[in-house]
Amino acid sequence: MTVSGRLTAAAASLAVLLLAVTGCSASGSPSGTATPTSAATGGATGTITVFAAASLTSTFTELGKQFEKANPGSSVTFSFAGSSDLVSQLSAGAPADVFASADEATMQKAVAAGVTAGDPVDVATNVLAIAVPTGNPAHIESFADLAKPGVATVVCAPQVPCGAATAKVEASTGTTLTPVSQESSVTDVLGKVISGEADAGIVYATDVRGAGDKVDSVPFPEAKDVVNTYPIVAVGQGANAAGGKAFIAFVTGPTGQKVLRAAGFGAP
Amino acid sequence: MTTSARSSASRRPATSRPATTGVPAWLLVIAAVGALFVLLPVAAMVLQVDWAQFPALISSPSSVDALLLSLRTSLTATAACLVLGIPMAMVLARVPFRGRGLVRAIVLLPLVLPPVVGGLALLALYGRRGLLDGALPVAFSTPAVVIAQTFVALPFLVLSLEGALRTAGDRYEAVAATLGAGPSTVLFRVTLPLVVPAIVSGAVLSFARALGEFGATLTFAGSLQGVTRTLPLEIYLQRETDPDAAVALSLVLIAVAIAVVAVAHGAGEPLRRRTA
Repeated sequence: MTVSGRLTAAAASLAVLLLAVTGCSASGSPSGTATPTSAATGGATGTITVFAAASLTSTFTELGKQFEKANPGSSVTFSFAGSSDLVSQLSAGAPADVFASADEATMQKAVAAGVTAGDPVDVATNVLAIAVPTGNPAHIESFADLAKPGVATVVCAPQVPCGAATAKVEASTGTTLTPVSQESSVTDVLGKVISGEADAGIVYATDVRGAGDKVDSVPFPEAKDVVNTYPIVAVGQGANAAGGKAFIAFVTGPTGQKVLRAAGFGAP
Repeated sequence: MTTSARSSASRRPATSRPATTGVPAWLLVIAAVGALFVLLPVAAMVLQVDWAQFPALISSPSSVDALLLSLRTSLTATAACLVLGIPMAMVLARVPFRGRGLVRAIVLLPLVLPPVVGGLALLALYGRRGLLDGALPVAFSTPAVVIAQTFVALPFLVLSLEGALRTAGDRYEAVAATLGAGPSTVLFRVTLPLVVPAIVSGAVLSFARALGEFGATLTFAGSLQGVTRTLPLEIYLQRETDPDAAVALSLVLIAVAIAVVAVAHGAGEPLRRRTA
């Protein structure tokens, strides 16, 4: 019985493993971290919890560091994820002081859910861009080129903000794309372009900037017709309302705007 | 698996009476906690289902496409696992060679790799800019989904079958060989019939893993309705706009998984009794 018993045990651990492996999705971890608050003089103090759209990851991380430097005794913890995910977490009571969304529609959901404190303010704008693998192997020159037969174009699904924006550009240009894939996040679109699987992908201007020389960008004039606005708002569920307000002021102030502009975001 | 373990035990000479020794009470308590640990989250999700909307939520064209695609690709992947995995398990169980432990570790690698990493590895080989230089043009196609699923599901079949082959031993094979049976005859008439229950349970595990596959598919195959967007990817996308639909579809996924396991067990049961 020992060998077969061991087999049974192996099967059991396999089943557990199966659950563990399949249960591993790409969702962001809910933030509930509490670092000890240190009392310091002047400015904001304590831990400020910020929920921000995934596309703000690099800029907000940078701004968090600068904020901590400017406000000794403060510390900023971030939870970056898709805006919709963050609203779901906030609706479920996740403790946060600040929420920054990648579009106005998602911010409206947060407002409707009653988790916000005060009115949202616009912090940045972003436009779409065509990303192509380095060297532009499919010779994409315009938005209309994306619809040419044989061009493997990857876009965001219409359910997510970047996909909604893409659909608007399609409408305004009268171009109907037949994408080979409709990804659920802009990061996945960029990944398909960087790996060279796709001939072109529609992402945000900031994604192209952030990818550096891993992708090339094809400018298209119609991009300016569809401007995506990033609103930010205080959330009443955190432990540090004052700190949250200070962070929002910092991000919408001169330092914050400088960092956002450098990353390719437009003025609100 | 429990039943197959029991049957392999009863196949042995009855040197010991299968005494029903009880287990300590504290063990029962821990086992119950473990069962609840798995059951409660799923039960909580079932309670969230909006039953009034349920039929509409799961019968939308995108949901139906995703379900059919998932069934089709998972079954194909399971077939591929059987074709590739049975010989792999046979070699690992019956052919002694140097570095067998290393080979086994490599075969099991997809078990420990995060699925996204598996997808990146597949891209590195099959991708347009991969090692094969795009010789196999599978990008954004249904075959890419099957490749991703087979990659992550194969170890489940190999692992369970190799264990069963070792447990079964090679006495009957040796007898058949001395009676003049060739290697292929021994394989089809003796070896494989002895381990049918393990093949069935390995195939079920592989199917379940293929059905739940998410990360490697997302990374390697993309996401397009009816082509590459399997049920898990559809659930992930629906979540963005319609959490109710995502919950409803999750329930469908669970129902399919349970149905497959039940059917496979039903099919495996008479075979087990016959071999017992």
